[in-house]
Amino acid sequence: MLERARLSPSAVRQAIAHDSAAQHVSGEAVYVDDLPEPRGLLHIWPSLSPHASARIASMELRGAAKQPGVVGVFSASSIPAKNNCSPSIGDDPIFAESRVDFAGQVVFAVAAESELAARMACSHAQIRYEIEDPILSVDEALRQRQFVLPSSAVNTGDSEVALQNAPQRISGRLRCGGQDHFYLEGQAAMAVPKESGDLVVYSSTQHPSEVQHLIAHALGKPFHSIVVEVRRMGGGFGGKETQAAQTACIAAIVANRTGRAAKMRLDRDVDMLSTGKRHDFRFDYDVGFDDAGRIQALRVNMASRCGYSADLSGPINDRALLHIDNAYYVENLTATTHLCRTNSVSNTAFRGFGAPQAMLCIERIIDEIAFVLNKDPVLIRQLNYYGEQERNVTPYGMKVTDFVLSEMTEELLHTSNYLKRRDDIRHFNRTSPIIRRGIALTPVKFGISFTMTHYNQAGALIHVYADGSVHLNHGGTEMGQGLFIKVAQVVAEEFALPLESIKIPETNTSRVPNTSATAASSGSDLNGKAAQDAAQKLKRRLSRVAAHLFEVDPKAVKFINGQVVGGRHSMSFKQLVNQAYRARVSLSATGFYRTPKIHWDAVKMKGRPFYYFGYGAAVSEVAVDALTGEHQLRRIDILHDVGRSLNPAIDMGQIEGGFVQGMGWLTTEELWWNTAGHLKTHAPSTYKIPTSGDVPDEFYVNIWDRGRNEEDTVFRSKAVGEPPLMLGISVFCAIADAVSSLSNYQVRPELDAPATPERVLMAIEKLKNKENCR
Amino acid sequence: MQSSVSIQFLLGLEARNLKDVSPTMSVLEYLRKVERMTGTKEGCAEGDCGACTVVLGERFNGKLSYKAVNSCILFVPFLHGKQLITVECLKQRDGTLHPVQQSLVDEHGSQCGFCTPGFVMSMFSMVHNRSDLSKTSIDDELAGNLCRCTGYVPIVRAARKVLSAFEQDEFDQAENSTLEHLSRMHAQTIHWKTDDQKYMAPRTAAELSEILERDPRSRIVAGATDVGLWVTKQRRHLETVVYVGSIDSLKEIRQVNGTLQIGAAVSVSDAHSALAEHYPSLDELFRRFGSVQIRNLATLGGNVANGSPIGDSLPALVALNANLILNSAFGSRTLPIEDFFLEYGRQDIASNEYLARIDVPLPTPSQIFRIYKLSKRYHQDISAVCAAFSMNIEEKLVRAARICYGGMAGVPLRARDCESALLGMSFSKPNLERAKIALKQDFSPITDFRATAEYRSIVAQNLLDRFVQDVLTANDVTVWS
Repeated sequence: MLERARLSPSAVRQAIAHDSAAQHVSGEAVYVDDLPEPRGLLHIWPSLSPHASARIASMELRGAAKQPGVVGVFSASSIPAKNNCSPSIGDDPIFAESRVDFAGQVVFAVAAESELAARMACSHAQIRYEIEDPILSVDEALRQRQFVLPSSAVNTGDSEVALQNAPQRISGRLRCGGQDHFYLEGQAAMAVPKESGDLVVYSSTQHPSEVQHLIAHALGKPFHSIVVEVRRMGGGFGGKETQAAQTACIAAIVANRTGRAAKMRLDRDVDMLSTGKRHDFRFDYDVGFDDAGRIQALRVNMASRCGYSADLSGPINDRALLHIDNAYYVENLTATTHLCRTNSVSNTAFRGFGAPQAMLCIERIIDEIAFVLNKDPVLIRQLNYYGEQERNVTPYGMKVTDFVLSEMTEELLHTSNYLKRRDDIRHFNRTSPIIRRGIALTPVKFGISFTMTHYNQAGALIHVYADGSVHLNHGGTEMGQGLFIKVAQVVAEEFALPLESIKIPETNTSRVPNTSATAASSGSDLNGKAAQDAAQKLKRRLSRVAAHLFEVDPKAVKFINGQVVGGRHSMSFKQLVNQAYRARVSLSATGFYRTPKIHWDAVKMKGRPFYYFGYGAAVSEVAVDALTGEHQLRRIDILHDVGRSLNPAIDMGQIEGGFVQGMGWLTTEELWWNTAGHLKTHAPSTYKIPTSGDVPDEFYVNIWDRGRNEEDTVFRSKAVGEPPLMLGISVFCAIADAVSSLSNYQVRPELDAPATPERVLMAIEKLKNKENCR
Repeated sequence: MQSSVSIQFLLGLEARNLKDVSPTMSVLEYLRKVERMTGTKEGCAEGDCGACTVVLGERFNGKLSYKAVNSCILFVPFLHGKQLITVECLKQRDGTLHPVQQSLVDEHGSQCGFCTPGFVMSMFSMVHNRSDLSKTSIDDELAGNLCRCTGYVPIVRAARKVLSAFEQDEFDQAENSTLEHLSRMHAQTIHWKTDDQKYMAPRTAAELSEILERDPRSRIVAGATDVGLWVTKQRRHLETVVYVGSIDSLKEIRQVNGTLQIGAAVSVSDAHSALAEHYPSLDELFRRFGSVQIRNLATLGGNVANGSPIGDSLPALVALNANLILNSAFGSRTLPIEDFFLEYGRQDIASNEYLARIDVPLPTPSQIFRIYKLSKRYHQDISAVCAAFSMNIEEKLVRAARICYGGMAGVPLRARDCESALLGMSFSKPNLERAKIALKQDFSPITDFRATAEYRSIVAQNLLDRFVQDVLTANDVTVWS
């Protein structure tokens, strides 16, 4: 390994810094709002609906148009072609038409010489609303049977009969809240007109192709007229997969109409009020198990808050269904999910994509089984884990062939000293009436691939210039996750070149077309493979040139440490490239990749939706204050499987960051709407993501050193974007463990998420009341 | 004194002389729009996320002192006579990164990079202030910087590393010339007018009284950490802004006849150490008051004068029986602080008056003081409930009691029934139960996004329990210790 590192310092598997690290720390990294502003740039401010549900009786915008500095006011009628920015079924208007369906919906927008002028002008429009009764909760939507899409279900075995026959049975309800992405950079786009009505749009998006397509549809232009470019995002987390489109469409509509460059940047409040978030869910479950704690049957009814439109709620709810098993074999399962239509912002992709909620539910169920049987939940987890030879088929019919959690759990139990600490905690709690400690180990098994099979494709385009420098293009976008450096490492490895030889430019739809979103953790799996394909094509061409020059077989030509070697001959990569140019060999190649083996029947909900699974496990220890409900995370131990890591430093960052984000979702981050349907937690003063102080000093993370992808992924690595988020579930389970200590582990705590001090204290109060009743 | 119609300051090591900009333009807007320096980012425009963090250099005790502040809610005239340091100023001419920058690169402390300039600047101020290396201290220092990608682990590591290795940088080397520059600029006082706005920075209390008399609609600002939001969030137009931070007498802390006198323009950072010295329980409260960036600008006087029911210092000041000194051109009056808050959003202060001083009695031997703050997040959050208890306990009996809660009513409110129930009593179980029932009658809290009325009621009682336990066991118990 060392030898290899010395030979090829840019190769994969090395802990190389993010390619933009030096730009980040010096303020030189450019985001959309930092781009040099073209002359005559217009600034756009959107006006949002103040009502959760209302008919627009009349809209008079002339007052706004007359304000100083205003160049134009844009509404549904300003759109040349299609008023839609939906990624799915066409139910997201760019501007509201005859009605508004949530408080925060964009009704119109003002374009002006300055952001301030645009913003001030908004209040001069006169809109008359006829207010209707909104549906503000999942419960209400279920009562009124309001859904954005039909319900869907995964079934296996016969849960009805198995539940009746089960020796033990528990039922319960769990609610978990949604989550705002809180990317530090809000949504932003700048559209610049070109000749013949073409537009270049700089967008902070995870999905440049979709932004391109939606703009083209809105303007009634062919896709080739619109170029979308994204250098980097200031965070995405799923929040810029579909939610970037509206901002980009509005900027494009303004630029198209005025012939001037136009920029729209959402400030924090507008961003949080008008863009989608993680779905909150309600779970009603009924589980049957034997006296040892092995699950025999499970019935789960899920209901998710989709908001006013479908967006990606279909595939998100599907992924929830496909992760209700998490790491556990469930022989008889009926899992149904209802996609509730509510008068709130349309919820969307967020790291984990429905799986975190479902996994929280099954982890709660496991804890409850352990509780009833008075056993350590870890034993119940291990007992129910997927098997290697049998008990290895998921409820959706996919065989689990790479299950490594049994080994990983053993290792983590050992390195975290779990058993001893659990004993110590029980001992501590006996003498500490107010401060209670809790501990929990929870596993993660996460399916890798888009469940929409056709998204699992990627393209790349590599140019080798005559000086030997390499220009690497692919369809993936950089949002901080380190995709660019990983793909560059793959290409550097192929060419055996130092990383400095590889330019990592912005993502641009005119270089690689028809791309999928950088989402579903698939970025490096898909784009890494596509870039590798392009690099290998070029290597084959160059090898033929070298073989000719060296008079050896092309197969004998090797790329080593910046040199090309064949037989006893060698020359530098640069020299060979020059020779190839002179020999009139193409030095540009496209690459392509489609994930093999996967197939999915979305009607039967059966098939192999995932190429493989990512795994991880975490042990969290917390202290809870029984007087106030506050808690503190005391220690965290994580073991995570990334296959053979392409870049351990980048992967470590994803693991640590994902865990903390998951922890935030389940503890401090609370979306709170008032009775009129207004979100009142829409800025960091009111919506609390974790700070450094919420992260313990005892934070031990290991990348599993035995990790290896059994499938032929790029250098046998595994996706790492989403899975670590769900390690945060261990914090929630540890809090519940601490709470239940107050009943001497006799009463199951009814704790919902997020576990704010209030919810924890209320769970304690309920527990006290129940104990009094016994 | 010479009067200036322009704002003079250093941007990094370069002099700037600004005219013709609105006095309520934020430093962030100035940097991004006027200077076209886009390294400093807007993440929230309310001083909560820290992406806009810059550092201000100021003369203090003959040395340069560096303070991290939020540029998004800082008005441009505040820069007068100071050195503004942004992320772009740190890299050396030859491209060498500053040690804090290099440390973040080495430890993989950036992912998306959008929060990074803010962290760089907070860490820049930390190394210059020789901050402590402990995790607790680093957490306190970085609480005003949010990162959504890294989970903070590599950032804390980078901070530790650079804090232990840092010696000096080119800003230290330039200290003397910087100080010289600044004192030249600082000698001038600003009176500044645009078409529709006025900005004044009087140097004396008399000048201030005169201005208020002349122009009763003046908006007094000190740190403007609240007023700044009126501009960024509500786009309110302020006609006359009067900055009181240049009046030395308002920035004094003195101990006189058993009273700690704190000038209204003393920063929360400075008030923190003065008050916590006498009332150690306040140390944690002030560590959790906003963030370093906010505490460096915000003033104790501002926290009182704007009268928010959730202002973090108020329950403490009420429980401690502080007095307010309100001045005008016609004299001075003293008001017990609890009488200052009339109802939500309304305080007992005339338009020609200003808050000059807060007098806090020093502790007496039998006095026990504790304050508890509850919020969703430990650091940099606004209280759902904040409870301050000040009691004199002699021979196990309560001889005097002042209990004040924040977040339980439209103003910080004393729990008078509860106080009466405890007076002359011991902390026996039945006495305590009676006191809790009384406490329930003291308040009818509301439900909002910070907490429900039910939680507030229960936890208010529990905090009385906490106080009593802390007193009885002399061993404060929290999950944080």
